[in-house]
Amino acid sequence: MSVIQRVVKPTTRKGKKVLLSREPQVIEGPKRMLFLQGRRASEKVRKVLSDLYDIKKPDARKLSKKNDITIFENIVPMEQLCRKNETPLFLFGSHNKKRPDNVVFGRMFDYSLLDMIELGIETYNGFNEFSNRKISLGTKPCLIFSGPEWESSEELKHLKSIFIDMFHREHVENVRLQGLEHAISFTAANGKVLLRSYKILLKKSGCRTPRIELDEIGPRIDFTIRRSKLPSEDLMKQACRKPKELKKTVKKNISVDGLGTKHGRIHIGKQNIDKLQTRKMKGLKKTTEERALDKTRKRKSMDSEDHEIRKKIKAN
Amino acid sequence: MGCSKVRLTKRARLAMDLVAEILENGLQEQGKFKTITVEKHLELDYDLGSLLCVDNNELDSGLFNKNKDEYLRNLTRDNVQLLINQIWDLPTEKVDEVIVAKLPRPAYVLPRAKHVPKPKPLTKWQEYAKLKGIQKKKKSKLSWDEQLKKWIPLYGYKRAEALRNKEWLIEVPQNANPMEDQFAKRTDAKTERVAKNELQRLRNIAKTKNIKVPRMGVLNPDVSTAKDLQAAVTIAKSSTASIGKFQGSLPKEKEARGIATITPGASSRKRKAAPVSSEVEKAENLQAIDFVLNKKPKIDVERAVNKQINQQQLRKPEESMSSKPKAGGKGKKKGNSSSSSKKPKSGKGQRKGKNSGRKRR
Repeated sequence: MSVIQRVVKPTTRKGKKVLLSREPQVIEGPKRMLFLQGRRASEKVRKVLSDLYDIKKPDARKLSKKNDITIFENIVPMEQLCRKNETPLFLFGSHNKKRPDNVVFGRMFDYSLLDMIELGIETYNGFNEFSNRKISLGTKPCLIFSGPEWESSEELKHLKSIFIDMFHREHVENVRLQGLEHAISFTAANGKVLLRSYKILLKKSGCRTPRIELDEIGPRIDFTIRRSKLPSEDLMKQACRKPKELKKTVKKNISVDGLGTKHGRIHIGKQNIDKLQTRKMKGLKKTTEERALDKTRKRKSMDSEDHEIRKKIKAN
Repeated sequence: MGCSKVRLTKRARLAMDLVAEILENGLQEQGKFKTITVEKHLELDYDLGSLLCVDNNELDSGLFNKNKDEYLRNLTRDNVQLLINQIWDLPTEKVDEVIVAKLPRPAYVLPRAKHVPKPKPLTKWQEYAKLKGIQKKKKSKLSWDEQLKKWIPLYGYKRAEALRNKEWLIEVPQNANPMEDQFAKRTDAKTERVAKNELQRLRNIAKTKNIKVPRMGVLNPDVSTAKDLQAAVTIAKSSTASIGKFQGSLPKEKEARGIATITPGASSRKRKAAPVSSEVEKAENLQAIDFVLNKKPKIDVERAVNKQINQQQLRKPEESMSSKPKAGGKGKKKGNSSSSSKKPKSGKGQRKGKNSGRKRR
């Protein structure tokens, strides 16, 4: 028999809390992302990694050392790294003769690979090349996807999903209107994916809604699509499952009228008026004669029932 | 332009003459500003919950090829403008002197990082308690001790000390060995209980994770079940050099089940060796098939007889009914003419006609 799986029992209260936080939650926080490089990485790749890391920053982890991982041949070390760093998303940069300036966007489900797409960097202009005012850390960006190609292939569909997953940060209830200051645009054109990042400038327009002007802040990257590994439909469905607790259940028989008053409809059984208890008074009390009459009536009804039963028996 | 004008005229309608003057100024000013409306062929898809906007319109390849970056910037500007227009239309609130828009729930479905949490499986005790409706009683953490005149905790810090102070002397039971250390006995029992609890905890974990746990040997007889003890006896008996062949057995003694793997040869149920050749295997299989196919159904004589009698009795009234019109004499004579000559006894025949008596329901 093989070695039994060890049961981790926390020894301290803090350790217990950590272990609990690592268990699956109903409402998940922002997905963290791991940035790392492979055996070799070109200057371009390294800069792309650091730029995207800057955009994703509070929910990101960057590894500085090189990693001997060939991600499409063996995903296991990547999964282990993601588990160790608690990052369901990853960006892996590498550079070799066959695939120069290579980055792989991917994500995990339960720390096993869900999907990943390999992109080649064609042209790149970094943060530093745009001498504009930058945005503040951790702002929720507006994501703009343009071009009809996004819906054309499965790869691009998944890439879109990965980009949204990566940049949307987390669900928020409220957003400060003046705080919308970052827009990232993804354009799919001629088989390429063009990433642009802008600062949003709110100008006067003469009405409540402001006029928008954009100021490019970088990075500016043109990607080509290379290899990809997409999930099976089943796995994707399982990953997209919504917890029961979050599903809305419709409450029946409750309505709100025009004035905002809540109305509820209640069902009650049929009322038996014969047995209704009215006011108790001496005058309404049954006399002995009445009681006797009731008795005979009852007996008669029972007799007639009996008679019917006998009839039925005879018929049989 | 259109949007803003509509807004202004609405306001003008609401406001009185005084405001109208100011608005006129506003209209004049508006000429200076650029428009906030954008014309698009296809409507864009918005997901305001995740500040997402998807533009499925065809790209202008001419402009794209001429100056890519300029074109993309303009395109994105238009799309951001449309998104911002939508966001600004959302209901707003003031939180800490800041205007915030209330975002709807995101519609774009993203995969989760980890699977949906499953409800924690019940332990064996919890299952039993649920079945029996046993509810947990709340015990207070501190209880007053009359002997020590002190509040002592139910568990944890200072509990052990309190117990030590409380029971510094133990009376030796009447039939106990006077040389036996009662304190040691007590600590032994305690460690045993703790070990048992740990074992149960691990067993619960193993059950939930569906892991097969290797046999642990036999527990202390005070705490193990009858089944465990039976297994222990069987194992012990088979642990001789001759794998228990010459061990006697008690009357009505049964062998423990499910331990054949660790007591090979001890069990009376023997495993057969695999067939040597294919011919032998074939012969064995054919034999098995023959055995199944040649099985004769068991005959329950009593039941069969009863059935036969019942059928006859049912048939009788039908025959009597159908034979009535032929009763003129030509009809065939019944086979049991000899029995008909006998004088019938009471209470043996089939009742004729309607069933009398009350029908019971």
